[in-house]
Amino acid sequence: MQDSGIAVLLRGRNLARLLEGLGTTMRISLAAIALSVLIGMILGMLMTAKNPIIRAFCRLWLETIRIVPQLVLLFVCYFGLAKGFNIQISSEAATLLAFTFWGAGEMGDLVRGALTSIPCHQRESGAAIGLSKLHIYLHVLIPQTLRRLIPQSINLATRMIKTTSLAMLIGVVEVLKVGQQIIDASRYDSPSAAIWIYALIFLLYFLVCWPVSALAGVLEKRWQ
Amino acid sequence: MNGQFMLQYAPMYIHAAGLTLRIATVGVLLSLALGAVCSLIRYYKVPVLYHFVGAYIQFARNTPLLVQLFFLYFGLPRIGIRLSSESCAIIGLSFLGAAYMAESFRSGLEAVDLSQKEGGACVGLSTGQNMRYVIFPQALATAIPAVCANVIFLIKETSVLSAVALADLMYVAKDLIGMYYKTDEALVMLVISYLGLLLPISLVFSLIERRLRYAGFGDRSTAQG
Repeated sequence: MQDSGIAVLLRGRNLARLLEGLGTTMRISLAAIALSVLIGMILGMLMTAKNPIIRAFCRLWLETIRIVPQLVLLFVCYFGLAKGFNIQISSEAATLLAFTFWGAGEMGDLVRGALTSIPCHQRESGAAIGLSKLHIYLHVLIPQTLRRLIPQSINLATRMIKTTSLAMLIGVVEVLKVGQQIIDASRYDSPSAAIWIYALIFLLYFLVCWPVSALAGVLEKRWQ
Repeated sequence: MNGQFMLQYAPMYIHAAGLTLRIATVGVLLSLALGAVCSLIRYYKVPVLYHFVGAYIQFARNTPLLVQLFFLYFGLPRIGIRLSSESCAIIGLSFLGAAYMAESFRSGLEAVDLSQKEGGACVGLSTGQNMRYVIFPQALATAIPAVCANVIFLIKETSVLSAVALADLMYVAKDLIGMYYKTDEALVMLVISYLGLLLPISLVFSLIERRLRYAGFGDRSTAQG
């Protein structure tokens, strides 16, 4: 007797397991986002530097993450590092590494964009009243940059949350992988489970990302 | 690193790059067309459809492509809708892409000053003519950087399509790693392939963006661009 697929969700700990999977997704994305913001800030300031070597380095970083798809980055971090350099890291660590590399580059570009959008007389006036380089950043440039930066980086954050779904392809057991496991386990007694599980995962991602990107939209409008 | 191995399997990559490019082209063109329609519906606030398209855009932009693809490829067959991996890939890519394109076009359209629209209506242009000769050319200039970024984003997203068994670049690389354990070579060739595919496109786009002149009519300041 086949029961309807939706019942699979309520059977055993299936729903709880899916939510645990979502927890893993969020844990990895939040860690990657936090690291990206930190490194991206530094990278963004370096991008505005005059030194050609530093600029070339930043440019190379930026162009790499712009051109190489995130999934390829994941594969390079997971399989490439292990085979090429004998660096064995867990799939979660590889995901974190790949997403931080990508996110930091994107974040750096956003920071650069926000910094260069500030008219140069702001910096010059700061210097004129005798502020040190550090204080110019701390009291003049960063507060103005943040308004422009925050909505854009929230958008980047939702992109990163969405992109962590790729981590299942290198074996991280996150929400999508848990979904697949549940589908595989109930393949015989309820073959139509797949559509319900995937629909639920769809909804879960939407519920996580939508409020965040809506917030970005509101902030963007308010701070225009 | 084994050069001979790389040469031997280069044709597989070239073939796969062709497939990637073909799917990406179809996906991008469909996204542009659907995105334009969606943005017009949002712009003119067509009743009922306005809310429908709005919900679609939010939904497509806030869920990962991988989940969309799995739903199409593994979910839908359970209710009797079977799609080949190629049609899944194209539908998934356009579903995602159209939402992104619609947002870019919409922000372009909204950036055109209202006085332009009113001016067009004043000299007796119909709604269609107004859009075609006055609003659209200005909106396009504003939207092009975002549209170009979307195109590159969509081409990169095609790497995810290997998850629904489309034999694209990613799939070939996974295949070679699985069959011969030539991880280094397969990954290096993969990165080179994407470089070869995307670098020219990215260069052309940055050239276009640099050559682009914003038509800063109306009250909008002409300082940009």
